[in-house]
Amino acid sequence: MATITTSDVRPPALPPATGHAGLRGVVASEFTKLRSVRSTYWTLGALLIVSVGIGVAVMAGQSSSLTHNPGNKAGFDGTQVSLIPFFEIGQLVIAVLGALTITSEYSTGMIRTSLTAMPRRGLVYAAKAIVFTTVTLVIALVTSFVAFFAGQAMVAGTGVGASLFGNVKIPANAIFNGPGSPGSPPKVTFQGTDVISASTVLSAVIGTALFVTLVAVIAFGLGAIIRHTAGTITTVIGIMFVIPILVQLLPDNWRWDITRFFPDAAGRVISVTVPGGGNPHLWSSWPQMIVTACYAVGLLAIGAYLFRKRDA
Amino acid sequence: MIEVRGLTKRYGAKTAVDSLTFGIEPGKVTGFLGPNGAGKTTTMRCILGLDYPDEGTVTVDGKSYPDLAYPMREVGALLEAKAVHGGRSAFNHLLCLAQTNSLPRRRVGEVLELVGLTEVAGKRSKGFSLGMSQRLGIAATLLGDPKVVMFDEPVNGLDPEGILWIRNLMRTLAAEGRTVFVSSHLMSEMEHTADHLIVIGRGKLIADCTMRDFIAGSSGASVRVRTPSTDQLVRAITAKGATAATGDAGSIEVRGMTTEQLGELAFSEGIVLHELTTVRASLEEAFMELTASSVEYRADMPGGHQPGTMIGSGV
Repeated sequence: MATITTSDVRPPALPPATGHAGLRGVVASEFTKLRSVRSTYWTLGALLIVSVGIGVAVMAGQSSSLTHNPGNKAGFDGTQVSLIPFFEIGQLVIAVLGALTITSEYSTGMIRTSLTAMPRRGLVYAAKAIVFTTVTLVIALVTSFVAFFAGQAMVAGTGVGASLFGNVKIPANAIFNGPGSPGSPPKVTFQGTDVISASTVLSAVIGTALFVTLVAVIAFGLGAIIRHTAGTITTVIGIMFVIPILVQLLPDNWRWDITRFFPDAAGRVISVTVPGGGNPHLWSSWPQMIVTACYAVGLLAIGAYLFRKRDA
Repeated sequence: MIEVRGLTKRYGAKTAVDSLTFGIEPGKVTGFLGPNGAGKTTTMRCILGLDYPDEGTVTVDGKSYPDLAYPMREVGALLEAKAVHGGRSAFNHLLCLAQTNSLPRRRVGEVLELVGLTEVAGKRSKGFSLGMSQRLGIAATLLGDPKVVMFDEPVNGLDPEGILWIRNLMRTLAAEGRTVFVSSHLMSEMEHTADHLIVIGRGKLIADCTMRDFIAGSSGASVRVRTPSTDQLVRAITAKGATAATGDAGSIEVRGMTTEQLGELAFSEGIVLHELTTVRASLEEAFMELTASSVEYRADMPGGHQPGTMIGSGV
């Protein structure tokens, strides 16, 4: 005898709907997906710990160095130093999330359930990209500002910490005048001043967050192309870390000409706030950011094409 | 109404589905049968737009599946119960699916209740047994209150209680006027549930008919008879134009004669009979017969197909 009767399996009727299932619902769905798995919180937590934690440690070291060797104050870029762990290491952490957002659908088989529920693939891909990019941008901005403020707090007593609320003057050059008396810092005289404007600092902090977001989008696009978590993360590391190192082995007279065209170059110039402190071989901040953005948009587009074209 | 027209799908050099044409009528349970590797799953994937056909078209209510206004309200499909992100709770899994079709949030609770998973709604699905995963998958298919439900091998690996539950569910859904399309490689599974059958082998259509026609269309009933005078009876049967083959335990399988004709024949020849039974061809037998030539990977069966070893239809 059946233990489950007819009435037990009758689904309650659903009120009829008009119109068309569209982007709005799919965006809500993708947000639910992102917030309902632990890997999201792990990677975002790791991003904050790596970026802010290492940033604070580095700035604490700088604080001691600036006290014991005041000559280091000349040309000190407090903004960039506080953000280096974020854009160098944090970008990899967020790249893992970018890859997982799409590759975990394939590794778990969820993609087939997702596309059965919503077979309009362009919509699914767009919603995924919108939700992931928006969440990443917000988190990257928060991380960037927190890393900046926490970092500057560590060098507060040195007089060369950067500020978002006013211009800061730092010595341009330092001349070493021999060792100081025992127990006190060496004698230095400073020549000239550099003014670090608050607006430059603001654009460095925001720009670095944008750069990290673009790297995350690159990882997302590669994820859609490769459809495999480990393969995607390896490829991102290759593009962002290994190739730049290999390029340094090339002859100086032409390696910079190609370095400009790599997606990692923007990170090195966008965070610079000291006038003339940028890399003279690279383009300035925003043109260099456009290079990174071209990679992000290009890979996102190839990913979209393949996402729609291939069997799921 | 699902219409498959000239569907062909190749994976590299292998043709998984070969110009398949059939339709699925509403309000019935249509069984989709074939040996493993016959192309059942591929056909279902093409209907859902997961795979793109190389040739042919598939339509649901005259439209291709991705063009439907609210796909989940038209078709609920369960191809793989384990195709979920195991780190997501049952509730959130269903919620993210419901949201794609703008279905109300309360619907998630309703279908969880329906499949009996309310208590584990907040649990991550990676800890679910196969039976629970299957229920979660079925909950997902019912989210949109769909007109068509599709299940691929739904009872594989389930315990008897789970099998019974799924059978009842399919019958109920069909009784409500929904179209139920269910695949299996086990004929016995269809015997109690399906009204209509579509049988494929090696990607080609073998049969598309009602269950009744399917059984009748096979080589049909035979009569088993036992007698001490085997040789004499076989000669008499052969003389009447029927065929006789040796069955097990000294019996004879006779085709082409009814029990009445055989009884009268034996009486007129003065032959004593110890047994005279009609053996109705089981669905399983009919299925084996039809697909024998289309089984993709067949082990050599010593002695080949053995007549008379499958008795009755109560598999």
